Amino acid sequence: MTNPQAINWSAVIADPRFQKLHRRKVAVLWGLMAFSVVYYFLLPIGAAYYQDLFRVKVWGVINVGILFALSEFVVAWAIAVFYSRLANLEFDRLAAEIAAHYQPRAGA
Amino acid sequence: MKIQAPRTLACALAALLAVVAAPALAEASGNGEYRWLTFTVFAAVIALTMFITYLASKRVKSASDFYTAGGGISGFQNGWAIAGDYLSAASFLGIAGLISLYGYDGFMYSVGWLVAYITVLLLIAEPCRNIGKYTLADILAYRNDPKKTRVVGALSVITVSTFYLTAQMVGGGVLVKTLIGIDYEVSVVVVGVLMLSYVLFGGMVATTWVQIIKAILLVVASIVIVMLVWTPYGFSLPAFLQDVVSDPKVQARVATLLGDPAKNMSAVELGQRFLEPGLYFKAPVDQISLGMALVFGTAGLPHILMRFFTVPTAQAARKSVVWAMVIIGGFYVLTLFLGFGAAKHVGPAVIAGVDAGGNMAGPLLAQYIGGGPDSFFGNFMLAFVSAVAFATIVAVVAGLVLASASAMAHDLWVGVVKGGEAVAPAEQVRAARVATVLVGAMAIAIGIAAKGQNVAVLVGLAFAVAASANFPCVLLTLYWKRCNTTGVVAGMIVGTVAAVGLTLVSPNLTYPKAVRAAAHKVLDAEADKRAGIAEAKASGDAEAAAKAAKTEAALDKAVAKAKADMAKVEGQETSFIGLEKPLFELKNPGLISIPLGFLAVLLGSLLGRDKRSEDMWDEVYARQNTGLLISKSQAH
Repeated sequence: MTNPQAINWSAVIADPRFQKLHRRKVAVLWGLMAFSVVYYFLLPIGAAYYQDLFRVKVWGVINVGILFALSEFVVAWAIAVFYSRLANLEFDRLAAEIAAHYQPRAGA
Repeated sequence: MKIQAPRTLACALAALLAVVAAPALAEASGNGEYRWLTFTVFAAVIALTMFITYLASKRVKSASDFYTAGGGISGFQNGWAIAGDYLSAASFLGIAGLISLYGYDGFMYSVGWLVAYITVLLLIAEPCRNIGKYTLADILAYRNDPKKTRVVGALSVITVSTFYLTAQMVGGGVLVKTLIGIDYEVSVVVVGVLMLSYVLFGGMVATTWVQIIKAILLVVASIVIVMLVWTPYGFSLPAFLQDVVSDPKVQARVATLLGDPAKNMSAVELGQRFLEPGLYFKAPVDQISLGMALVFGTAGLPHILMRFFTVPTAQAARKSVVWAMVIIGGFYVLTLFLGFGAAKHVGPAVIAGVDAGGNMAGPLLAQYIGGGPDSFFGNFMLAFVSAVAFATIVAVVAGLVLASASAMAHDLWVGVVKGGEAVAPAEQVRAARVATVLVGAMAIAIGIAAKGQNVAVLVGLAFAVAASANFPCVLLTLYWKRCNTTGVVAGMIVGTVAAVGLTLVSPNLTYPKAVRAAAHKVLDAEADKRAGIAEAKASGDAEAAAKAAKTEAALDKAVAKAKADMAKVEGQETSFIGLEKPLFELKNPGLISIPLGFLAVLLGSLLGRDKRSEDMWDEVYARQNTGLLISKSQAH
């Protein structure tokens, strides 16, 4: 087990690559989080206060309410796919670069 | 010798189980002719999981093997295991039941269970993999005072798991009793002993595989039923729902739910109403509060967090959440068909008649779709779905027991009592097994003691405590520089006390005066209604008489229930904690207790000072983002 003291953590944090990773992640993670929370709570709020809208039939007996509830699934999946693609392409590469630079020599 | 002992014990336990379970299962109720079928399907599922446990027991040598399967589970496997861990009987049977009884509101309820994983994916899974080792408290103890945070962290984990566990044991006992007709006590013991044997001998390896198998069986069973339900409509959603809302059983259900306002509605309007909100959730605030507990609580559930320590890297943790979301979300979409299908084919009245919560909707639909209660295939489907339900309970309970046992053995025993000094691997595994037996025995005892109690509130409470205590503490420790020991201790205590306290004074408890008042209302109106019925019967109009006979039957039922309710609260004046009426109107405390938990971490952190928490921030933040020290190069 490598000793955590072997790494200068302040230097990692100060590294411009880490700062870039940090800024990107803050924007993406909290942005997506805020969006998903708002979108989710629109469902119970709509079901409670906009029942007339939810009742409107769109496709046979299927109404706005059912389509909106189904859209919650699609949006949740879309966020998951969007985030993981971004993380796989961008965040992982930056993190691996930083890790490779600061990782103590193997076999220590 | 040491390695042999558990296996010998496992065999002995399996034999004991066979002795206890076989006759119990053999006397299973249902159609006598097909009893052997139920027995065979159950035996096959149990034998499969036992075989896996036997294989797994050979691989459990260290504490890491026991708690986290040595970190050797892949992202894809873990995704299935998370789904298996999460899709408890409450969501598997309960949501299909809610949809079959209340239509739209049941489907809307399922959404929160999936959206919860966005929080897990974005904020929790990867950092936890990068920082943690075996338990939730490991994350808190990394930068804060290890002893203090381990104590509060472990206590909170045990609290959440015990609430959830009690709900699962009681719900499971009732369910197994309903499904296969064995005694409640016997089914609690069977569930408990089976689960114990998986965890005790197979640790996380066996638990993971039991969860994976259960999730696969669950998804396969659901797909088969949905295909059979949906094929006649050429896989058209509007055609299927059109048929559901045109069904007189569904229309009658809506009329019953709405009461007087339904009198002026046409049959078409009544049917359509089944697809509109408001039949189950009456108070919007309640629903928002419950939604908050779900969306933030899942990320604080110890048995779910623990799953992220079983994968090797943050990438694998991410992949596992995405797979879990595909499986869980896909399952809830299938539930839409299970619920509405059951409403159409079985009928809400029949479903509610077997189990008031609707838990039997799925199994009854399976039986119907297979050809009905007198057919071979119908009984095979019923037996199969029942066996899946049984495996569900055992798999979820195993995950919960493992989470509790790790908090006791790893956090309290090794971390606090032994002061984190080097404890030999063999002793760590022994401590983990002792804790497992303790938690398992406790689960069985609580399950039997809580017989007949309404435990549904406990699932909501487990999510509320997880959202109000665990979630703020873990989140702010990972993301907020100023967070420290004082904040974490304050957050854990305030979050837990607020969630539990508000539930104790909420409308969830039984208030004898209110019960009595409601019962009196029914009984007082009885005479008038009887007179009305007699008049209608005497009128000579055949239609009115038939309607009156129906009203009479409903009235008889309501009166009997009112009398039973009165008898239950006989001689009582106040609720369990001595209140005449609820002090707090929300059924789920999340709306208030979650902000309180966050506030406590914020204030505690700003008021207290802890040099260690400050000094360790760079390390925690760098590690949680980069995976330094756990990345693959480390393994060589």
